This record gives sequence, C-alpha cells and structure tokens, in this order.
Amino acid sequence: MPQMNMIEAIRDALDVKMSQDSDVLVFGEDVGYFGGVFRATAGLQETHGLHRCFDTPISEGGIVGIAIGMAANGLRPVAEIQFADYIYPAYDQIASEAARLRYRSNGDFTAPITIRTPVGGGIYGGTTHSQSPEALFTHIAGLKTIIPSNPYDAKGMLIDAIEDNDPVLFLEPKRLYNGPFYGDPHAPAKTWRGHELGEVPSGHYTVPIGEARKISKGGDVTILAYGTMVWVAQKVAEDMGLEADILDLRSLLPLDIEAIEKSVKKTGRCVILHEATRTSGFGAELAAQVQERCFYALEAPIQRVTGWDTPYPHAQEWAYFPGPKRVGNALRSVMEG
Amino acid sequence: MVSEFRIRTETESNMAKQSGSNKSRLYVPEPPFRPGDTPDYSHISVPAAHSPVRPDPLCDADETRDHATSLIRVMRFNGETQGDWVPGISPEIKRTALRDIALTRAMDERMFTMQRQGKMSFYMKSTGEEAVSVGHSLALQDTDMIFPTYRQQGILINRGASMKEMMCQCLSNSGDPLDGKSIPVLYSFKKHGFFSISGNLGTQLIQGVGWAMASAYKNSDEIASVFTGEGATAEGDFHYALNFASTYRAPCIINVVNNQWAISSFQGIAAGEGETFAARGTGYGLATLRVDGNDVLAVYAATEWAAERARRGGGATLIEHFTYRKSGHSTSDDPSKYRPESEPDVWPFGDPLERLKTHLILIGEWDEERHVELLESCKKQVRETYKSAEAMGNLSGETRVNDFTMFEQVYEHALPHLDEQKRMFAQERD
Repeated sequence: MPQMNMIEAIRDALDVKMSQDSDVLVFGEDVGYFGGVFRATAGLQETHGLHRCFDTPISEGGIVGIAIGMAANGLRPVAEIQFADYIYPAYDQIASEAARLRYRSNGDFTAPITIRTPVGGGIYGGTTHSQSPEALFTHIAGLKTIIPSNPYDAKGMLIDAIEDNDPVLFLEPKRLYNGPFYGDPHAPAKTWRGHELGEVPSGHYTVPIGEARKISKGGDVTILAYGTMVWVAQKVAEDMGLEADILDLRSLLPLDIEAIEKSVKKTGRCVILHEATRTSGFGAELAAQVQERCFYALEAPIQRVTGWDTPYPHAQEWAYFPGPKRVGNALRSVMEG
Repeated sequence: MVSEFRIRTETESNMAKQSGSNKSRLYVPEPPFRPGDTPDYSHISVPAAHSPVRPDPLCDADETRDHATSLIRVMRFNGETQGDWVPGISPEIKRTALRDIALTRAMDERMFTMQRQGKMSFYMKSTGEEAVSVGHSLALQDTDMIFPTYRQQGILINRGASMKEMMCQCLSNSGDPLDGKSIPVLYSFKKHGFFSISGNLGTQLIQGVGWAMASAYKNSDEIASVFTGEGATAEGDFHYALNFASTYRAPCIINVVNNQWAISSFQGIAAGEGETFAARGTGYGLATLRVDGNDVLAVYAATEWAAERARRGGGATLIEHFTYRKSGHSTSDDPSKYRPESEPDVWPFGDPLERLKTHLILIGEWDEERHVELLESCKKQVRETYKSAEAMGNLSGETRVNDFTMFEQVYEHALPHLDEQKRMFAQERD
C-alpha cells in the first residue's frame, strides 16, 4: 500500500480524477507551474497539460466565478483558494451563486464545483493564515462543507467531492498536512509515515460525504471533533484513561446526526471541539442538535472547547489554540457533571 | 466624445472658488436635472455622420481605443443608414427586430399593469432599451450562452421562448418552470441559451467568462455574452470579468447597458464623470465598442463584430450600449422622485421602435398601416397569452404552486436534515 502524507493524498486524488475525466480542471493562485504554495498540485500541469492545471490572477471572487461558469458549461472545476483566510472575496460567489444556482433555476443550471482551501492554525500564520471559517459555510443552504483529518480520508473525500453534482467546500487542516498533531507544539513532529491512515490505496476510491468516522467505541463520553482537533481529542482521552467514543465528523453539512445521536445516547456525555471562534461556531449547532435529540440521555451539560472569540493571534498562537489542557478540563468537567 | 455628454455642475463650479491650503473638497456628482427642472440636452450633439471606422474584427485591441469614447451609429433620425457599420441584413430580419421590440414592449406594458392589479409581486420593464436585447440576440447564434440581467427579456422574445412560461414565472403559478422559487423576471431558460438570472448584480459577468473559457477548452464554437447595467460595473465582479477575459482571451462579449439610471443614481455615481464605460476595457487590453443602444442596426453591427472576433480567437470585446431607461427601475420604483418626468421624452437619442420603423418606411419595407396592425397584433397576442397564463394561478388569488417544492433542488438529492424539515412542515400543515 502506498504511503502518503495529506498533500500527496490530495494530489493523488486530483491526478486520479484528471486522468479519468477530461472535464476536471484545476486552477488557483500559484497552482500551475509551481504546484501551489503547499505543493498540492505539484506536477499536475506537467502531467495533464497547461490547459488542465493553471495559474489564476489573485482574485478569489474571480476564481470561484469562473469555476461556476465552467461547471454550468459541463466541466468539473476544482478551484484552490490559497488560504481559507482569503476566501471572503469569493463569499458572494459561493453563498449567493454556486450554492443557489440549482435552486433558483429549479435545476435548469447547476454548479458542480469543488473548492479546496487550507484551514486552521498551528503554523504561526497569525490572523491571516490560520482561520477556520467553516460555520460561515455550513450556514449556507445548497453547499456541502467537508473536512478530512488524515490522508486516507482526504483522497477518498476529495474524489467524492469532485464527483458530487453539488458545490462542495473541501477544507484542509494545514497542520495535518505532514502528520497527525496531538496538540503539543513542543513535542517532536510526527509524520504520516508508518501511520495506518497514511496508507493510501492507489487509483480510485471514495469516502462518502455525510458519514462520520467512528474512531473509538468507548462508553464514557462522546467527543465530537473534526480536522486537527480529532488528534488532540484522541491524545487527551488516552492520557486521561477515558473510554471515549470519538467521532471524526468529516462532513459538517450534511451531518451524520444518526451516528452522533447513537453515541450520545450511549455515553450520556458530550464534548464538542473546534479550533474556530466560539460564538456562533459550528459547535453551537452541534450542541443544539444534541440536546434536541438526546436531552433525556444527558448526564451533564454539553461542553464546547473552542478557540477564543478573538482573531487568531500570532505570538499567542498556542494560547489561542484549544490544546490538551482546555480539552482535558472540559472532559473532566463533563465526567464530574 | 464623452465630454459632449458631460455637464459642469454647480457644485463643481463652487469647488473651484474655494480656497485654503488644501484645495481638495469632497465631490459628490449630481445629475444635471432633478424633479422640477426642465431637462435640456441640447448641448449633447448626437453624432450623425461621424461613426468611427469599422476595423477588422481580428484587429489589435488598441485599434478600438477610440471606439470606446465615440459612438457607433447606423441609423440617422430620418431613417437613412450610413457609415462602415451598416449591417448586411435583409428587410425580413429588420421586420423581425421591429416585431420583437414591439412584442417585448407590449408584454412589459401588460405585466406592469397586472402587477399594479396585484397579480404578481413585482415586475421590471425594459421600455426604451429593447433594441439592445433584440439587436444583440439577432446577431448571435441561438447556442451562444447569454448571462443576462433583468432587462434582457427581449432576448427571450427573439429566441422564441414561450411567452406563457415567462408570464407564469412572473405569476409564480403552477405553470412556472421555476416552481415559484424566484421573484418575477429572474428567468432561467437553458433551452434558449439564457442563463438563470441572479438578483445579486454583477455576479454573472465572471461566470460568463468562465463559461466561455470552458467553451474554448472544449474547442466548441459557442461563445458567451454577459450583461450588466452601468450601475453594477462598480462591483468587483466587473473587474474580475474584464481581467479574466483578458488573461485567458475568453471568447465572450461583455455588455454594459448604460441606461443612465441605476434605480435613482445617475450614471456618474457608478463611474465618475470622466470616462465612458466602454473605456473601462481599454486598460485591460480588450477590444472596446460604444454603440447607440437605441439604434438596433448599430447594436446588431457591434454584436456581429464582437461575436466574430470571439469566435475567431480574438478574445473578448466590451460593448457599452448607450441608451435610456424610460420607465422606473421596477414596479417598486417611482422615478418622478429623482428625475424630471419629461426627461425620457427629451432624451436626445429617440425611441428604438420609432427609429427602426422610420428606417423601414424610408426603404419602402414598411408603412403606417402595417405598423398599426403590428402593434395591435402584439397587444392581442400578449392579452391572450396572459389570459391563459393567469388561468394557472396568480398571487392575488391562488398561486397553485405546491409549497412542498420549496424543499426540492436545494441539492441534487435530498439530504436527511431537509427530509426531516419537510416532515416538520407536513405536520405544521396537518
């Protein structure tokens, strides 16, 4: 089985789809000859040609705008937004146009586009290279928002996204590109080499959008996490000796609420983790849905562990990051409750 | 030239008188006339005999630099045609243009009245600028994809879309192809190469450029033609469109319909008063044409030129269609609140229907009697079509749209949370 890090897995997904389907085009800032600032498209232009993988002007609204038009004309564009922090100029094109085209035309026109963009902190990116804007997109009807936490899922989910006939926002936790991250920036960096989820089959396979990944099957507490926080959750639960039921949500919209409901009804306790700011974060949606469905099974108040309601600071990156201590406190609190 | 359309306002003169170390004062442009004024456009010399030359459609974009600030005209007010741009089209096609302009106008009139009677929530007329849509459409192939704004209904009329379906869309009734999902006039007719209209202005310009890029990628013969009013050229999307069209030499036409008014804001608000909208294309290295939008033959000629350029690999052209919005922005607007009521009548470029009629009569291909018959038959067609459309429901009675269809077409396949909400809605209905 080939070993890949997350970048390689994403590149492999693009390569597989571009080889299979000449309608798949890849473009964005610096993605062509150079292969992208994170190297996710390295070599694709050489393999598939200038017309299939190319550079765009620095114009996120333009990038998503042409993607919509291309998709309406039968192509399967995969657009890269260099950092999620730069996605806001494209917000109108995503929220008002891509997500609504099918609805407002009653299926006459559709926009099967995939937008890839790196999210999250952990690389000293400060306010403009660290954001997790997922909640701004899960609020949009007509759009799907997904986020893998490992190379295996990244490849399978990206292929599924490209094949999906609806617009999909594919968020890439950049701290996980090279290896799992357990929340301690001072610990030696781990790579995906040798990791089970770094084993990525060659060729075509999909990981269906809409299904959470069930990581462990403990009965003490349910932990709902996605992206980087999946790994922090695993480490903290293990260190605390908890038999946790951890769900890597993977797909935020659509949400695998059945898996969540089943788990919380079993454990009676629920902790929700995300890196994004707290107020109106996706955790609020999760907490609301859990209490709607599992109120009488709950043994303790639902806990949210999140970034603070500040911009993502530079020097104070690890003070902002919802690391092991914050997660541990929440787990202790919910276990005592 | 642009300066001919520019008026030095009182505010501007006052500015010049101010003194002090900082000579800069906040300048807010104002239209020359407001309600109560007697509008006078006699200072605008309508170019009669000096239409710019017609260069080869594959010329260097730079050769169209002057075209961005002059005005392509074919028909004089007396009906004579002249200059390089006279299109080689038959009287039959000209009569088609006349009919489509008249039919569009008749439909607009009827729908406006019906909105006032409460049959629909909203309507938008294109009165005074029908020649832009009709002339443009006539010069394109039916497979070319239009990315329209809300005032291009003339294109649908010209392409033979079902007027009944258009009316049912406005009535949001059981015959509405969009199942009541969109407000009136925001049509979608893929089968007629007419992209779904967005109510967010300017957004579709860049999408049309993307559509054209895909067409080029597929080695298809089809081009895209995208529309904006002059007001929405102030959106970033307009810049995206020009920039991407230039970078990738997209086979498309970018149309700015300058009808002088963006709801209540005159064109100087969108762009300042210094340059034409066509000239926006010059800096991007695009071919630029500025055309008398009330002259359907000139619109045809400019479109034909730009379409040939796009199809033969010459890239995009920016066309400014210089026209005038005779009616309010929509049924929710009252133009007498911000411009003189007589302004549409004194606008010096005439009416597109009258001008084409004059030309056809001059060349012996039309007469007053046939014209009266045409107007009457358009009215009759519209009246009868409307009757059959309204029979399928309307907003003042029963729209007869199935409410449950609101849960459809959000995604290709229904997602579990939407299914659940549909069940909740069903209970609410019980």
